[in-house]
This record gives sequence, C-alpha cells and structure tokens, in this order.
Amino acid sequence: MDLLAQVFNGLGIGSIYALVALGYSMVYGIVQLINFAHGDIIMVGAYVTYVGLVMAGMPLWAAVLVSILFCGVAGVLIEKLAYSRLLKKGAPRISLLITAIGVSIFLQNLSQLLFSSSAKSMPAMFPNGMLELGALQISSNTILNIVTSIVMMIALQLLVNKTKIGKAMRATSEDAGAAKLMGINTNSTIAFTFGVGSALAAVGAVLYCNTFHQITPYMGGMLGLKAFVAAVLGGIGSIPGAMLGGYILGVAESLTTAAGGSQITDAVVFGILILVLLIKPAGLLGKNVREKV
Amino acid sequence: MKQKKWIPNVIILVLVLALYILLSVLISANIINPYYSGILTMVCINVILAVSLNLATGFLGQLVLGHAGFMSVGAYSAALFTMYSGLPTVVSFPLALLVGGIVAAAFGVIIGVPALRLKGDYLAILTLGFGEIIRVLILAMPFTGGAAGLSGIPLLTTFTYVFIIAIITVAVIFAFIHSRHGRAVIAIREDEIAAEAAGIHTTYYKLLAFVLAAFFAGIAGGLYAHHIGVLDPSKFDFNYSVEILIMVVLGGMGSITGSIVAAIVLTLLPELLRGFSEYRMLIYSVILICVMLFKPSGLLGQHELSLTKILNKFRGKKAETKKEA
Repeated sequence: MDLLAQVFNGLGIGSIYALVALGYSMVYGIVQLINFAHGDIIMVGAYVTYVGLVMAGMPLWAAVLVSILFCGVAGVLIEKLAYSRLLKKGAPRISLLITAIGVSIFLQNLSQLLFSSSAKSMPAMFPNGMLELGALQISSNTILNIVTSIVMMIALQLLVNKTKIGKAMRATSEDAGAAKLMGINTNSTIAFTFGVGSALAAVGAVLYCNTFHQITPYMGGMLGLKAFVAAVLGGIGSIPGAMLGGYILGVAESLTTAAGGSQITDAVVFGILILVLLIKPAGLLGKNVREKV
Repeated sequence: MKQKKWIPNVIILVLVLALYILLSVLISANIINPYYSGILTMVCINVILAVSLNLATGFLGQLVLGHAGFMSVGAYSAALFTMYSGLPTVVSFPLALLVGGIVAAAFGVIIGVPALRLKGDYLAILTLGFGEIIRVLILAMPFTGGAAGLSGIPLLTTFTYVFIIAIITVAVIFAFIHSRHGRAVIAIREDEIAAEAAGIHTTYYKLLAFVLAAFFAGIAGGLYAHHIGVLDPSKFDFNYSVEILIMVVLGGMGSITGSIVAAIVLTLLPELLRGFSEYRMLIYSVILICVMLFKPSGLLGQHELSLTKILNKFRGKKAETKKEA
C-alpha cells in the first residue's frame, strides 16, 4: 500500500510535468523547436498568480484566470518578437534553439530583477485533505492534479482533432508550405499554438504552486527540462505521449525518492530518457519518420 | 605570384610571443594585479572551452549542451590526481592535465557512441542529459566531496601554463580543421548523407571530433581546478554549458578566431559591467537574441580573421599601385 501511495504521489507530480510537456510537444510538433523558454513561462505563470493572489488580493479564480491569459498572451508575444522572424526566414534550427535559450535567460533575469532572487512562498490555494481508500491515503491535491491534467488533455485532443484551428495546426505541422498554399494562415496558426501551449503551462504553474508552495525565478529551469524529457519520452508531437511521459517521469521520481535515492532522482530521470532514446528514438508513442534521400 | 606561406605563420608566432612576454612582464611587475591576472587566466580557459566546443558544434554541426560536464570530469580527475599521486608538482601537474583530458575523452567516447546515433535536437537533449547525470553523480560519489565541494587543490595554474595550453589548443584544432580529417568533419556538417555517399566514415569522424572536443574541455577543467582551488559541482551545470555555447554562437559557428574573440569579450564584459551587474544577464540575453535575429550565423559567421588574407590584400594593393605607376 505504501508503494501504491508513492505511485499516486508520483502521478500527482507527473501531472504537472505532463501539462508542461503538452506545451513543449505542441510547439515542437508544429515548428520543430525545443522551446527552452517554455519552462520559464511556468515561472511567469507562477509569479503572475502570486501577484494576483497575494499582492493584489484577487479571489482565487480571478488570479488563476489572469495567470492563464497572461501566459497565453506572453507566449504569442514571444513568438512574434523572437521566433517568427527566424521561422519566416527558414533559419537553421540551432539559431532558433539559441534564441529560445536567450528568451529563457531573459525571463529568468527579468523576474529576478522584479521580484528578487529569493523564494516567495505561496499560500495554499485549494483545501487539502486526505482521502482514505482502505489503507491507502491520497491527498486531495494529488487527485486535483491528476484530474486537471486529464481534463486538459482531453480538451486539447478535441481542440486539435475536432476544430477548424486544430485542423490548421495539424496541416501546418505536416507540411507548412502546402498548408500555406491551401489558404491556411500558418503564421497565426503557429502563434496560436504558442499561446495554447503557454496557457497550459500556466495551468501547470498553478498546480505547481498549490503542490510546492514556493516559487523562485529559476524554478522553470529544472521543471522545464524535466517536462521536456517527459515530452521526448512519450514521443514528441503526440498529446497522449506527453501525458504518458509526464506520468512515467513523476512515478519514477517519487519511487526513487522513496527508495532513498533522493540525491540521484535527476540522474534517474535523464537515465530513463537516454535509455528510451536509444531503444526507441522517436519516443514511446512517437511516429518513426524515415529520412528520404 | 607564388607567395611564401610561412610568413604569416611566423608573424603570428612573433605576435603571440610578444603578447605573452608583454603580459607576463606586466604581471611580474605587478602592474596587472593578481585579481586581473586571475581574469586573464579565466579568459584563456574560456578560449580553450569555446574553441573546443566550436569543433563539435560549429564544424561538426552537432549541438552539444553538456560541455561543462566534460569540463567537470576533467577538473575532478586532474584535481584528484595532483592531490593523491604524490609526485612532485612539476611532474604531476602536466600529467594531471593530461589525465583530466583523457578521462574526459573517455567519457566523450562513452557518451558519443550512443549519442551520435541521434541527430540534431535529440543529440542536444542527450548531451544535456549526460551533463546533468555527471553533475548528479559527482554529488553522490564518496571521493568528490559532494555538495560541499572538493577543496585543498594545489594552486598550480600559472599564467604561462594557461597561455601556452590555450595556444596549443587553438593550434591543434586549427590544424585539425585544415587537415583531411577536418574537411571530412565539415563535409558531414554540410550534408551527412552526401558525405557518407562520398565514402567518408561518418560515425568515425563524428566521434573523433566529439572526443577531441571533450579532451580539450577536460584539460580546461584541469586548469580551472588548479586555478580556483575548490571544485563545486553546481558550477558545472547546464547554465555553464550554455555560457560556453553562447561564446561559440556569438563568435560564429565554424570560426575559430570568432570563438577566441567572443570568449575574450564575454569573459571581460562582466568585469567591465560590474556596476550594472544586476542587468548584466539581461543585457546578455537581449544581445544574444538580437544577434540571432539579425545575424543567425554569429558575428563572424564561418569566416576567420586571417593574417594571410590581410597580408594578401595589402600586397594586392601594393601590386596594383605599382601597376598603375
């Protein structure tokens, strides 16, 4: 039962990774960019929630909503300012990646300047209780995380597969040139994807704050990396894959910690990634694309 | 007109020697105080790191995000070697640097064999993962001092050492790039499939360049360890790898002189910007984004600042004026 409790714990944290991983996966699917700044969008989301909730004293729902909107807009803005010029020129991918790293450093240092580098503590946002199922104890926050992530995934699946903009997204990711010829505004589709991904990161940020109660300007770094690992693990570009990767990562982490290896959790996480990449380079649920000569 | 190829080389040698003599005289006369000579040492170490990373990223075209990992491996093995080998320092220090380089190169092989099967972004993530794993393992190992760091490393790095090793590194990588092997490496960057079709053993050359880069990073690590005297694994994290990468990118991927210039400027800049230290990284990041937006290939692109070219221009002008006369 102890083991099961740890698994649930892991799923709770894994849900946060999964939400962030969805953003990575969507952006990578459409422009093949590892958006290193995505992790820092979580940080932005967390700080906006903090400002709304603690400094401005907004009600919870308003603070969360503001944070989600702010991040969505910030995502679009970053795409327009930093990436769209490079994307239009068809610049080498390495330039895009380095631009993303630049944006990441910028966001970290901006928030350090605005909020100082010391950690801010977040109040508990949702009432937390223990659910008892027989001998199994699960905190309600864990359930909240899992449910939110699943709802978000389903919503995203519907958005991508059932709506017009979703169709445009799929077309752009398959072949941007052809999509353009079919009358799809690829630029705005890409911007929309960034916005949706960033909004999801904000949801992840809220869950993160609710789980860990502490935010720093550098919290996005490791969290973002791990979420990216989750996205790659599940198969980048695949929505269920990102979720699966997030859950696997969360469970692996919490089991390693439970086994007394809290020092080496990061090594375990990256070790799993390397193993999966070597055995199945496209990730667990990814499609294997062969290169044509 | 057949020109004498050795002239520029001799001029460069003389210039480098002159620079060395000038700097070491200034240091021994205490005009450059220990604080500034420490910065000069860091400049040389960063030059080694940037030029070696350029080999993997600029010339081979593989994005490596774990260069600091190799550096840390080299730093720890070199430091442990001088601390426990019991040899006199005159012998043990150069040997330790070599050991650092070789251990880092060995890690390069271990990481490179699986990693180089992947391409582009996946390779970047894999090297990043390995860099993080190395860091975490150093923290967990019993003989590395863990999070408290490894202290008591003898301070053996002198300006002469770093300067000479930096020059050797640049010379070796320059020679490598202009050799047959270097052309093979560049061919792989331009088009891996075409290179393979032309009979280049791509796996071998990719690994060769990768391991060579790791080797020099290890040596730089050894120099760093004996310069600072204390090693702390958190120094060698993802951010340091990125810092080195930024030097390579700003200088121009595929330009050795570009990397040298960028390493010098980016090491000195923080010292010059002391007064704005809060805004330093902010300015950095904005510069980085702007360079990428307006000149994606870096400041020098793939060009080299070449004395030969300058001399040729000079001569060409002379010849023209003679003709006109």
